[in-house]
Amino acid sequence: MSTLSIPVSVPSPYDDSEQLRKAFEGWGTNEGLIIAILAHRSAAQRRQIRDAYAQAYGEDILKALEKELTRHFEKAVLLWMLDPPERDAVLANEALKKWSSGNRALIEISVTRTSDEMFAVRRAYHARFKRSLEEDVAVHTSGDFRKLLVPLVSSYRYEGLEVNASLAKSEAKMLHEKINDKDYGNEEIIRILTTRSKAQLLATFNDYNNEFGHPINKDLKADPKDDFLFALRSIIRCIICPEKYFEKVIRLAINKMGTDEYALTRVITTRAEVNMKQIKEIYYKRNSVPLERAIKKDTTGDYEDFLLALIGEDA
Amino acid sequence: MDVPLAAEECEAITRAFSGLGGLGVDEEALVSALGKWRHQPEKRAQLRKSFAGFFTADGGFERFEDDYIHYLKIEFARFKNIMVLWAMHPWERDARWANDVLHKAHPFDIIVEIACTRSSEELLGARIAYHALFHRSLEEDVAYHVRENFSNLLVGLVSAYRYEGDSINEEMAKSEAKTLGTAIKSAGVRNLVENGEVIRILTTRSKPHLRVTFKYYREMYGKSIEEDLGDELCLQETVQCLDSPPKYFSKVMDETLKDGADKNTKDALTRVIVSRADVDMEEIKAAYHEQYGAQLEDVIAMKTLGNYRDALLSLVGQ
Repeated sequence: MSTLSIPVSVPSPYDDSEQLRKAFEGWGTNEGLIIAILAHRSAAQRRQIRDAYAQAYGEDILKALEKELTRHFEKAVLLWMLDPPERDAVLANEALKKWSSGNRALIEISVTRTSDEMFAVRRAYHARFKRSLEEDVAVHTSGDFRKLLVPLVSSYRYEGLEVNASLAKSEAKMLHEKINDKDYGNEEIIRILTTRSKAQLLATFNDYNNEFGHPINKDLKADPKDDFLFALRSIIRCIICPEKYFEKVIRLAINKMGTDEYALTRVITTRAEVNMKQIKEIYYKRNSVPLERAIKKDTTGDYEDFLLALIGEDA
Repeated sequence: MDVPLAAEECEAITRAFSGLGGLGVDEEALVSALGKWRHQPEKRAQLRKSFAGFFTADGGFERFEDDYIHYLKIEFARFKNIMVLWAMHPWERDARWANDVLHKAHPFDIIVEIACTRSSEELLGARIAYHALFHRSLEEDVAYHVRENFSNLLVGLVSAYRYEGDSINEEMAKSEAKTLGTAIKSAGVRNLVENGEVIRILTTRSKPHLRVTFKYYREMYGKSIEEDLGDELCLQETVQCLDSPPKYFSKVMDETLKDGADKNTKDALTRVIVSRADVDMEEIKAAYHEQYGAQLEDVIAMKTLGNYRDALLSLVGQ
């Protein structure tokens, strides 16, 4: 569920644009006003503001925001202002430009979005970057990572709930066999993880647990430094419980020496309108501290205020 | 051009698809209706929508009720499937053909054909239809059922959502032509279909980019990449389909119209004509004439019979 708090009566997009224009004018910027408006509008409303601003002032509001804001706050607001598919396309492109094998933004996006959402991302990627997402993934990755990630971003998983029980059993067995042989980049593992429906995979993972006495991820921890295993585990965790996965990303981002603002911004801007509420609940259970408190401790200034607004703190 | 159907053509279509059977259908009128509705997919869409009892709306397209297909096939036996395929939504057609191929172990060239000659949106449509019809994804079935060494290539081809704009990076095209050339010279052609770079280039690059790449290949190596792919049929077909569907289809036409063609090859006649009638039939006819020195219509008229022949010719156009 969303953690956004939107006022009962929302000003017209033109009024909002006018206020935002005032926030940019003159010396300095009224960040508080920017947050007060943008952090309290839905995606549809933000799109309307973007259109209204362009009509009224002949400029894309994103350009103005880029000029006026700085650093992490700027990045967060810019991401926030994009339509979700375009946002994901931008995040994917960034992940590829500074690709490292430990990066899991691509995995996160490919696996936690629905099949149709993922196609919208691919369409947005065409429009913005004039290339296909998969061609860029293929060029920026190599070896086993390419074999894993290209099918992952290209998949169009069936979204029904049907499960083939005997298939789940045989594929759980197959996974176990290959994992046992430490043949992690094996085509069967990749085939199963990148093409089967989520319902089918959940059944497969359950079968794995029942049959072999422990969750599949336990067997994928042979080498804590192995990024490929990390990638496989991330895929599996995103399928089993995305909210738990996101909680962990946030937790690690906050606990890290200095904070991983990229990860924090990415998760909060992409999940605020989707399932941030559940993520917060899990965060509290796991850390005994509300997420708001952790963010206050770990971030500062406008960036902090913005994140807090998105997760519903000043509701 | 929107030529209205004559009364008897309208009636023929209504009767033919109303499932009332046994009342006799005016086959000649049906065939001439096929011809009049060339290049007008919206008319067929209307047909599907108007027979709401027999087609269900399912995620963006109107699909055949299974019993209805079965019934119509019998009803239209003399048309050998053309009427059913013709009325069917293109997405459903492609999904059914792909599924048939995967489950009845027909040659996989049909999968390459569908993946490479349809536009990005049409291929997505086939995948949407595949979900609706078979409750699995196309790529999961391809990955599972295709165990030959070209499995990864096929999965990549059916999963592609190629950029369709014209912007091409010439330097990249040149460099990838070189990559392909090096792969072909060094690896045995047999292993080529598993080569990571070959798969990457063929399954992810846009078609305009690939055509330029193939052009550079020919400049650099003196032969077309098709020729150099010689015995590796799967790759050769992939390249042909990506480079020039009309040329590819004209070859298929030649095969299918030869004496002694087997059933699968013969089925290609219906498949190609129904699927390309509204797309690039003129270009296919031109390519056929250039390659084989004959008019496609004439050869079809010679080799086929009866209502089936008439329907084909109606779709091929004069």
